Amino acid sequence: MTKTPVILKDFAKGLWQENPVFRLLIGMCPTLAVTSQAQNGLAMGLATSFTLIASSTIVSIFRKLIPKEVRIPSYILIIATFVTIVSLYLQAKFPDISKDLGPYIPLIIVNCLILGRQEVFASKNPTHRAAADALGMGLGFTISLVALGMVRELLGSGTIFSFKVLGDGFRPWIIMLTPPGAFLSLGLMLGMINIIDRLLKGKS
Amino acid sequence: MIKELILVFVAAVLVNNFVLKYFLGICPFLGVSDNLHSAVSMGFATTFVMSITAPVAWCIKHFVLDKLGLPFLEYVCFIIVIASLVQFVEMVIKKFYPALHQAMGIYLPLITTNCAILFMALQLVLREYSLLRSIVFGFGSGLGFTLAITIMAGIREEIEFCDVPRCLKGPGITLIIAGLLALIFVGLGGLIKVN
Repeated sequence: MTKTPVILKDFAKGLWQENPVFRLLIGMCPTLAVTSQAQNGLAMGLATSFTLIASSTIVSIFRKLIPKEVRIPSYILIIATFVTIVSLYLQAKFPDISKDLGPYIPLIIVNCLILGRQEVFASKNPTHRAAADALGMGLGFTISLVALGMVRELLGSGTIFSFKVLGDGFRPWIIMLTPPGAFLSLGLMLGMINIIDRLLKGKS
Repeated sequence: MIKELILVFVAAVLVNNFVLKYFLGICPFLGVSDNLHSAVSMGFATTFVMSITAPVAWCIKHFVLDKLGLPFLEYVCFIIVIASLVQFVEMVIKKFYPALHQAMGIYLPLITTNCAILFMALQLVLREYSLLRSIVFGFGSGLGFTLAITIMAGIREEIEFCDVPRCLKGPGITLIIAGLLALIFVGLGGLIKVN
Protein backbone atom coordinates (compact mmCIF):
# COMPACT_ATOMS: atom_id res chain seq x y z
CA MET A 1 0.00 0.00 0.00
CA THR A 2 1.27 3.46 -0.84
CA LYS A 3 1.64 6.17 1.75
CA THR A 4 -0.88 8.62 0.35
CA PRO A 5 -4.12 6.88 1.34
CA VAL A 6 -3.02 6.60 4.98
CA ILE A 7 -2.30 10.31 5.19
CA LEU A 8 -5.57 11.12 3.43
CA LYS A 9 -7.44 8.91 5.85
CA ASP A 10 -5.77 10.56 8.84
CA PHE A 11 -6.72 13.92 7.41
CA ALA A 12 -10.32 13.11 6.46
CA LYS A 13 -11.44 11.47 9.69
CA GLY A 14 -11.35 14.77 11.54
CA LEU A 15 -13.89 16.29 9.18
CA TRP A 16 -16.87 14.01 9.80
CA GLN A 17 -16.30 10.57 11.36
CA GLU A 18 -14.32 11.89 14.30
CA ASN A 19 -15.30 15.54 14.14
CA PRO A 20 -14.01 16.92 17.44
CA VAL A 21 -17.06 19.03 18.26
CA PHE A 22 -20.01 17.08 16.90
CA ARG A 23 -18.74 13.52 17.32
CA LEU A 24 -16.11 13.40 20.06
CA LEU A 25 -17.55 16.32 22.08
CA ILE A 26 -14.18 17.75 23.02
CA GLY A 27 -13.04 21.34 23.02
CA MET A 28 -16.52 22.46 24.00
CA CYS A 29 -15.58 25.51 26.08
CA PRO A 30 -14.36 27.74 23.24
CA THR A 31 -16.99 26.24 20.93
CA LEU A 32 -19.81 27.57 23.08
CA ALA A 33 -18.10 30.72 24.29
CA VAL A 34 -16.98 32.51 21.15
CA THR A 35 -19.59 31.53 18.56
CA SER A 36 -22.04 34.39 19.01
CA GLN A 37 -20.50 35.66 15.75
CA ALA A 38 -19.25 33.58 12.82
CA GLN A 39 -16.14 35.74 12.53
CA ASN A 40 -15.04 35.04 16.10
CA GLY A 41 -15.69 31.34 15.55
CA LEU A 42 -13.41 31.42 12.51
CA ALA A 43 -10.66 33.27 14.39
CA MET A 44 -10.82 30.87 17.33
CA GLY A 45 -10.84 27.89 14.94
CA LEU A 46 -7.75 29.12 13.11
CA ALA A 47 -5.90 29.97 16.33
CA THR A 48 -6.63 26.51 17.73
CA SER A 49 -5.69 24.82 14.44
CA PHE A 50 -2.34 26.61 14.33
CA THR A 51 -1.54 25.56 17.87
CA LEU A 52 -2.67 21.99 17.20
CA ILE A 53 -0.65 21.58 14.00
CA ALA A 54 2.49 23.16 15.45
CA SER A 55 2.44 21.19 18.69
CA SER A 56 1.49 17.89 17.02
CA THR A 57 4.46 18.24 14.69
CA ILE A 58 6.87 19.09 17.50
CA VAL A 59 5.58 16.36 19.79
CA SER A 60 5.80 13.82 17.00
CA ILE A 61 9.39 14.81 16.18
CA PHE A 62 10.44 14.47 19.83
CA ARG A 63 8.22 11.49 20.63
CA LYS A 64 11.18 9.18 21.28
CA LEU A 65 13.00 11.71 23.47
CA ILE A 66 10.21 12.65 25.88
CA PRO A 67 10.21 10.32 28.92
CA LYS A 68 6.88 8.64 29.49
CA GLU A 69 6.51 9.82 33.10
CA VAL A 70 6.64 13.53 32.32
CA ARG A 71 4.92 13.46 28.96
CA ILE A 72 1.78 15.37 29.95
CA PRO A 73 3.67 18.35 31.47
CA SER A 74 5.97 18.36 28.43
CA TYR A 75 3.01 18.47 26.04
CA ILE A 76 1.36 21.24 28.02
CA LEU A 77 4.59 23.22 27.98
CA ILE A 78 4.92 22.91 24.20
CA ILE A 79 1.26 23.88 23.73
CA ALA A 80 1.52 26.83 26.12
CA THR A 81 4.51 28.17 24.18
CA PHE A 82 2.58 28.19 20.91
CA VAL A 83 -0.49 29.71 22.55
CA THR A 84 1.67 32.54 23.88
CA ILE A 85 2.89 33.13 20.31
CA VAL A 86 -0.68 33.17 18.97
CA SER A 87 -1.84 35.48 21.72
CA LEU A 88 0.95 38.02 21.15
CA TYR A 89 0.45 37.83 17.37
CA LEU A 90 -3.29 38.51 17.64
CA GLN A 91 -2.68 41.38 20.05
CA ALA A 92 -0.27 42.99 17.60
CA LYS A 93 -2.04 42.38 14.29
CA PHE A 94 -5.75 42.00 15.10
CA PRO A 95 -6.44 43.95 18.31
CA ASP A 96 -10.23 43.86 17.72
CA ILE A 97 -10.40 40.07 17.47
CA SER A 98 -7.99 39.76 20.37
CA LYS A 99 -10.32 41.88 22.48
CA ASP A 100 -13.43 39.91 21.43
CA LEU A 101 -11.91 36.53 22.20
CA GLY A 102 -10.32 37.97 25.35
CA PRO A 103 -9.75 35.41 28.08
CA TYR A 104 -10.54 32.46 25.82
CA ILE A 105 -7.22 32.68 23.93
CA PRO A 106 -5.06 31.46 26.86
CA LEU A 107 -7.65 28.73 27.43
CA ILE A 108 -6.53 27.10 24.16
CA ILE A 109 -3.74 25.63 26.34
CA VAL A 110 -6.21 23.50 28.25
CA ASN A 111 -8.39 22.68 25.24
CA CYS A 112 -8.73 18.93 25.62
CA LEU A 113 -8.80 18.57 21.83
CA ILE A 114 -5.12 19.56 21.55
CA LEU A 115 -3.83 17.59 24.53
CA GLY A 116 -5.97 14.64 23.47
CA ARG A 117 -4.47 14.53 19.97
CA GLN A 118 -0.92 14.60 21.40
CA GLU A 119 -1.70 11.73 23.76
CA VAL A 120 -3.71 9.61 21.32
CA PHE A 121 -2.02 10.28 18.00
CA ALA A 122 1.06 12.51 17.75
CA SER A 123 3.04 10.69 20.43
CA LYS A 124 2.67 7.35 18.63
CA ASN A 125 2.86 8.18 14.93
CA PRO A 126 5.47 9.51 12.48
CA THR A 127 5.58 13.23 11.82
CA HIS A 128 3.81 13.36 8.46
CA ARG A 129 0.85 11.38 9.78
CA ALA A 130 0.67 13.49 12.95
CA ALA A 131 0.63 16.66 10.85
CA ALA A 132 -2.11 15.30 8.58
CA ASP A 133 -4.18 14.27 11.59
CA ALA A 134 -3.73 17.69 13.21
CA LEU A 135 -4.66 19.46 9.97
CA GLY A 136 -7.85 17.42 9.62
CA MET A 137 -8.84 17.84 13.25
CA GLY A 138 -8.11 21.56 13.14
CA LEU A 139 -10.15 22.00 9.97
CA GLY A 140 -13.04 19.96 11.39
CA PHE A 141 -12.96 22.07 14.55
CA THR A 142 -12.89 25.33 12.55
CA ILE A 143 -15.78 24.24 10.31
CA SER A 144 -17.89 23.28 13.34
CA LEU A 145 -17.24 26.60 15.04
CA VAL A 146 -18.07 28.58 11.90
CA ALA A 147 -21.25 26.54 11.36
CA LEU A 148 -22.44 27.11 14.92
CA GLY A 149 -21.41 30.77 14.72
CA MET A 150 -23.36 31.25 11.48
CA VAL A 151 -26.53 29.76 12.93
CA ARG A 152 -26.30 31.83 16.11
CA GLU A 153 -25.40 35.05 14.30
CA LEU A 154 -28.17 34.59 11.73
CA LEU A 155 -30.88 34.05 14.32
CA GLY A 156 -29.43 36.39 16.93
CA SER A 157 -28.74 39.44 14.81
CA GLY A 158 -29.93 38.61 11.29
CA THR A 159 -26.43 38.75 9.80
CA ILE A 160 -23.74 36.33 8.65
CA PHE A 161 -20.12 37.50 8.87
CA SER A 162 -21.62 40.94 9.61
CA PHE A 163 -23.46 41.04 6.24
CA LYS A 164 -27.17 41.66 6.58
CA VAL A 165 -29.04 38.59 5.40
CA LEU A 166 -32.51 38.79 6.87
CA GLY A 167 -34.66 41.82 6.02
CA ASP A 168 -35.87 44.56 8.31
CA GLY A 169 -39.02 42.62 9.16
CA PHE A 170 -36.98 40.09 11.09
CA ARG A 171 -36.91 40.56 14.82
CA PRO A 172 -33.59 39.23 16.22
CA TRP A 173 -33.73 36.40 18.75
CA ILE A 174 -31.51 37.95 21.39
CA ILE A 175 -31.40 34.69 23.32
CA MET A 176 -29.24 33.11 20.62
CA LEU A 177 -26.43 35.49 21.56
CA THR A 178 -26.61 34.65 25.28
CA PRO A 179 -25.28 31.54 27.09
CA PRO A 180 -28.63 29.65 27.07
CA GLY A 181 -28.86 30.10 23.29
CA ALA A 182 -25.38 28.64 22.87
CA PHE A 183 -26.26 25.47 24.79
CA LEU A 184 -29.66 25.09 23.08
CA SER A 185 -28.38 25.58 19.53
CA LEU A 186 -25.45 23.20 19.98
CA GLY A 187 -27.77 20.60 21.52
CA LEU A 188 -30.19 20.82 18.61
CA MET A 189 -27.35 20.76 16.07
CA LEU A 190 -26.02 17.56 17.66
CA GLY A 191 -29.47 16.05 17.19
CA MET A 192 -29.51 17.06 13.53
CA ILE A 193 -26.01 15.68 12.93
CA ASN A 194 -27.14 12.38 14.46
CA ILE A 195 -30.13 12.22 12.09
CA ILE A 196 -27.97 13.04 9.03
CA ASP A 197 -25.43 10.44 10.12
CA ARG A 198 -28.08 7.78 10.46
CA LEU A 199 -29.51 8.61 7.01
CA LEU A 200 -26.02 8.38 5.48
CA LYS A 201 -25.39 5.05 7.14
CA GLY A 202 -28.78 3.75 6.05
CA LYS A 203 -27.92 4.48 2.43
CA SER A 204 -24.56 2.75 2.34
CA MET B 1 -14.39 44.80 53.69
CA ILE B 2 -16.49 41.81 54.75
CA LYS B 3 -19.30 43.04 52.54
CA GLU B 4 -16.99 43.22 49.55
CA LEU B 5 -15.80 39.67 50.13
CA ILE B 6 -19.38 38.42 50.36
CA LEU B 7 -20.17 40.18 47.10
CA VAL B 8 -17.21 38.55 45.35
CA PHE B 9 -18.32 35.20 46.74
CA VAL B 10 -21.97 35.45 45.69
CA ALA B 11 -20.95 36.76 42.28
CA ALA B 12 -18.60 33.83 41.73
CA VAL B 13 -21.09 31.18 42.85
CA LEU B 14 -24.38 32.41 41.39
CA VAL B 15 -24.26 35.46 39.16
CA ASN B 16 -21.14 34.71 37.14
CA ASN B 17 -21.36 30.95 37.42
CA PHE B 18 -18.31 29.61 35.60
CA VAL B 19 -20.08 26.78 33.85
CA LEU B 20 -23.36 28.38 32.87
CA LYS B 21 -22.18 31.89 32.08
CA TYR B 22 -18.57 31.60 30.91
CA PHE B 23 -18.74 28.02 29.51
CA LEU B 24 -15.78 26.84 31.54
CA GLY B 25 -15.26 23.27 32.58
CA ILE B 26 -17.81 22.02 30.06
CA CYS B 27 -15.88 18.80 29.45
CA PRO B 28 -16.22 17.46 33.02
CA PHE B 29 -19.68 19.07 33.19
CA LEU B 30 -20.86 16.88 30.31
CA GLY B 31 -18.61 13.90 30.96
CA VAL B 32 -18.84 13.27 34.70
CA SER B 33 -22.42 14.38 35.32
CA ASP B 34 -24.10 11.04 34.63
CA ASN B 35 -24.24 10.04 38.28
CA LEU B 36 -24.65 12.11 41.38
CA HIS B 37 -21.88 10.60 43.45
CA SER B 38 -19.07 11.12 40.94
CA ALA B 39 -20.38 14.58 40.09
CA VAL B 40 -20.15 15.68 43.72
CA SER B 41 -16.66 14.15 44.08
CA MET B 42 -15.48 15.93 40.94
CA GLY B 43 -16.99 19.19 42.16
CA PHE B 44 -15.26 19.11 45.53
CA ALA B 45 -11.93 17.97 44.09
CA THR B 46 -12.06 20.94 41.71
CA THR B 47 -13.05 23.35 44.49
CA PHE B 48 -10.12 22.11 46.54
CA VAL B 49 -7.59 22.63 43.77
CA MET B 50 -9.06 26.03 42.88
CA SER B 51 -8.89 27.28 46.48
CA ILE B 52 -5.17 26.43 46.61
CA THR B 53 -4.37 27.64 43.09
CA ALA B 54 -5.79 31.13 43.72
CA PRO B 55 -3.31 32.26 46.43
CA VAL B 56 -0.38 30.47 44.76
CA ALA B 57 -1.08 32.13 41.41
CA TRP B 58 -1.42 35.50 43.15
CA CYS B 59 1.94 35.09 44.90
CA ILE B 60 3.70 33.99 41.71
CA LYS B 61 2.31 36.94 39.79
CA HIS B 62 3.23 39.51 42.44
CA PHE B 63 6.46 38.13 43.86
CA VAL B 64 8.05 36.47 40.83
CA LEU B 65 6.72 37.61 37.44
CA ASP B 66 6.28 41.29 38.29
CA LYS B 67 9.61 41.48 40.09
CA LEU B 68 11.49 39.93 37.19
CA GLY B 69 9.50 41.71 34.46
CA LEU B 70 8.37 38.54 32.70
CA PRO B 71 4.64 39.05 32.09
CA PHE B 72 4.68 36.98 28.88
CA LEU B 73 5.55 33.87 30.86
CA GLU B 74 2.22 34.11 32.68
CA TYR B 75 0.45 31.33 30.75
CA VAL B 76 3.37 28.92 30.96
CA CYS B 77 3.93 29.57 34.68
CA PHE B 78 0.28 29.25 35.68
CA ILE B 79 -0.30 26.04 33.81
CA ILE B 80 2.82 24.49 35.34
CA VAL B 81 1.64 25.59 38.80
CA ILE B 82 -1.78 24.03 38.22
CA ALA B 83 -0.38 20.79 36.83
CA SER B 84 2.08 20.35 39.69
CA LEU B 85 -0.51 21.35 42.31
CA VAL B 86 -2.89 18.73 41.00
CA GLN B 87 -0.11 16.17 41.15
CA PHE B 88 0.82 17.28 44.67
CA VAL B 89 -2.76 17.23 45.93
CA GLU B 90 -3.16 13.75 44.52
CA MET B 91 -0.06 12.53 46.34
CA VAL B 92 -1.11 14.09 49.65
CA ILE B 93 -4.60 12.66 49.48
CA LYS B 94 -3.27 9.25 48.50
CA LYS B 95 -0.88 9.22 51.46
CA PHE B 96 -3.11 10.60 54.22
CA TYR B 97 -6.69 9.96 53.11
CA PRO B 98 -6.69 6.70 51.15
CA ALA B 99 -10.49 6.39 51.38
CA LEU B 100 -10.99 9.82 49.84
CA HIS B 101 -8.43 8.97 47.17
CA GLN B 102 -10.40 5.86 46.27
CA ALA B 103 -13.54 7.93 45.93
CA MET B 104 -12.17 10.61 43.63
CA GLY B 105 -8.88 9.14 42.45
CA ILE B 106 -9.55 8.99 38.74
CA TYR B 107 -10.95 12.51 38.60
CA LEU B 108 -7.92 14.22 40.08
CA PRO B 109 -5.58 14.11 37.06
CA LEU B 110 -8.45 15.32 34.85
CA ILE B 111 -8.61 18.57 36.79
CA THR B 112 -5.43 19.84 35.13
CA THR B 113 -7.27 20.29 31.84
CA ASN B 114 -10.29 21.90 33.45
CA CYS B 115 -10.20 25.32 31.83
CA ALA B 116 -12.08 26.88 34.76
CA ILE B 117 -8.93 26.77 36.90
CA LEU B 118 -6.62 28.49 34.42
CA PHE B 119 -9.34 31.05 33.70
CA MET B 120 -9.75 31.76 37.41
CA ALA B 121 -5.98 32.26 37.84
CA LEU B 122 -5.80 34.64 34.87
CA GLN B 123 -8.88 36.57 35.94
CA LEU B 124 -7.71 37.33 39.45
CA VAL B 125 -4.59 38.86 37.92
CA LEU B 126 -6.59 40.77 35.32
CA ARG B 127 -9.06 42.14 37.88
CA GLU B 128 -6.22 43.05 40.25
CA TYR B 129 -7.77 41.31 43.25
CA SER B 130 -6.05 41.42 46.64
CA LEU B 131 -4.78 38.18 48.15
CA LEU B 132 -7.81 37.72 50.41
CA ARG B 133 -10.23 38.45 47.59
CA SER B 134 -8.41 36.01 45.34
CA ILE B 135 -8.85 33.22 47.87
CA VAL B 136 -12.57 33.95 48.22
CA PHE B 137 -12.88 34.18 44.44
CA GLY B 138 -11.16 30.83 43.93
CA PHE B 139 -13.25 29.07 46.56
CA GLY B 140 -16.50 30.62 45.28
CA SER B 141 -15.77 29.71 41.67
CA GLY B 142 -15.13 26.14 42.71
CA LEU B 143 -18.41 26.01 44.65
CA GLY B 144 -20.23 27.45 41.63
CA PHE B 145 -18.84 24.64 39.49
CA THR B 146 -19.87 22.08 42.12
CA LEU B 147 -23.38 23.55 42.24
CA ALA B 148 -23.83 23.40 38.47
CA ILE B 149 -22.48 19.87 38.04
CA THR B 150 -24.53 18.56 40.99
CA ILE B 151 -27.80 20.01 39.68
CA MET B 152 -27.00 18.59 36.26
CA ALA B 153 -26.27 15.12 37.63
CA GLY B 154 -29.52 15.13 39.60
CA ILE B 155 -31.53 15.98 36.51
CA ARG B 156 -29.69 13.46 34.36
CA GLU B 157 -30.36 10.65 36.80
CA GLU B 158 -34.07 11.38 36.49
CA ILE B 159 -33.99 11.68 32.73
CA GLU B 160 -32.49 8.23 32.35
CA PHE B 161 -36.01 6.78 32.55
CA CYS B 162 -37.62 9.29 30.19
CA ASP B 163 -38.46 8.78 26.57
CA VAL B 164 -35.96 11.09 24.89
CA PRO B 165 -36.05 11.35 21.05
CA ARG B 166 -33.46 8.95 19.70
CA CYS B 167 -31.35 11.58 17.92
CA LEU B 168 -31.01 13.66 21.10
CA LYS B 169 -30.00 10.81 23.42
CA GLY B 170 -26.84 11.46 25.43
CA PRO B 171 -25.02 14.74 24.81
CA GLY B 172 -27.83 16.37 22.84
CA ILE B 173 -30.40 16.36 25.62
CA THR B 174 -27.70 17.19 28.18
CA LEU B 175 -26.82 20.38 26.30
CA ILE B 176 -30.48 21.36 26.05
CA ILE B 177 -30.92 20.89 29.81
CA ALA B 178 -27.77 22.97 30.32
CA GLY B 179 -29.39 25.66 28.17
CA LEU B 180 -32.47 25.73 30.41
CA LEU B 181 -30.28 25.81 33.52
CA ALA B 182 -28.32 28.71 32.03
CA LEU B 183 -31.61 30.51 31.46
CA ILE B 184 -32.39 30.18 35.17
CA PHE B 185 -28.96 31.53 36.08
CA VAL B 186 -29.46 34.50 33.75
CA GLY B 187 -32.41 35.31 36.00
CA LEU B 188 -30.06 35.46 38.98
CA GLY B 189 -28.06 38.13 37.15
CA GLY B 190 -30.00 40.98 38.74
CA LEU B 191 -29.17 39.76 42.23
CA ILE B 192 -26.19 42.06 42.67
CA LYS B 193 -24.25 44.40 40.43
CA VAL B 194 -20.84 43.10 39.49
CA ASN B 195 -18.43 43.71 36.69
